[in-house]
Amino acid sequence: MAFDSLNALIVMEGHGPYVWTCYGVFFLLLGVLVWWSLRERRQLVREQKQLQQQKTEASPLQAGSTAGSFQRINTSRQ
Amino acid sequence: MWQFFHKLGSPKWFYGIAGRFMPWLLGIGLLLALSGIVWGLGFAPKDYLQGNSYRIIFIHVPTAFLAQSVYLMMAVAGVVTLVWKMKLADVFVKAVAPVGAALTFLALFTGAVWGQPTWGTWWIWDARLTSMLILLFLYLGVMALGSAIADEKSAARAVAVLVLVGVVNIPIIKYSVNWWNTLHQPATFKLTEKPTMPPEMWVPLLLVVVGLYLWFGWIALYRMQTEVLRRERRSRWVQDLMHPGGRSDVSSGGARADGV
Repeated sequence: MAFDSLNALIVMEGHGPYVWTCYGVFFLLLGVLVWWSLRERRQLVREQKQLQQQKTEASPLQAGSTAGSFQRINTSRQ
Repeated sequence: MWQFFHKLGSPKWFYGIAGRFMPWLLGIGLLLALSGIVWGLGFAPKDYLQGNSYRIIFIHVPTAFLAQSVYLMMAVAGVVTLVWKMKLADVFVKAVAPVGAALTFLALFTGAVWGQPTWGTWWIWDARLTSMLILLFLYLGVMALGSAIADEKSAARAVAVLVLVGVVNIPIIKYSVNWWNTLHQPATFKLTEKPTMPPEMWVPLLLVVVGLYLWFGWIALYRMQTEVLRRERRSRWVQDLMHPGGRSDVSSGGARADGV
């Protein structure tokens, strides 16, 4: 350990505020980015599931049955 | 080779394969980055000239490094978008632009906070600092342009052109410290030379660089998956995935979704 005590680690001979501000902002910003990405996914999934639910209620026979039908695979090439 | 190329164009295939890599990227990335940070903050020796303020290097260099490589990756994807019109390339650019912007901001911010005790100023219009600020504006421009054009194909082309025009900034950032000898110090790591730092300093730094790269791989794939699901939401495989009472792992990344 480069420091004698926890207090010395926090103070860092006067450079503590600079160093800890940097690390704080680093973890905060990357954390927000992760949280935002997870939230985007959850919202999309929730919306799509609701849409599917509405479809199922409108025509219960057709929705969700893949058996006996051709499965189209979108390859996204133009 | 061509089969691989063709498969890479298939969003469904991408969705499944990404899900397999993601837990490894996140796990190993966090492990490396966090151990490098703990080592750098508490155990690396202090710098004889700068004292403890130099400990900012353990996040400043990795974020700055990654901010530039993400832009280069976006430029490669831009070429792929324009030449082969592969949609996944555009998905990549759209997914990582905010990540690149955050990393560039962090490099600038940590640099400014480090500059105060070291140079006695938060900011000067030095070539390295200015070209990094331009990089931040390029990232923000890519994000704004992508969301301003409603048509997906036109947006993809416009964004690719902007990314490619902006790539001229990258060599300027890299060589700015050699061309103009102002406040910013020269590169910490060079591929051709041994580091001038002792191993107790550069090993933790390297751990954070590699760890942050892996973490970036994870968040890039996760955000690309979301964008693929959004674009393909009307296709059969996404509808099956989203079926009420269907697979529940779609929120977490869907490591097993390739078997749909």
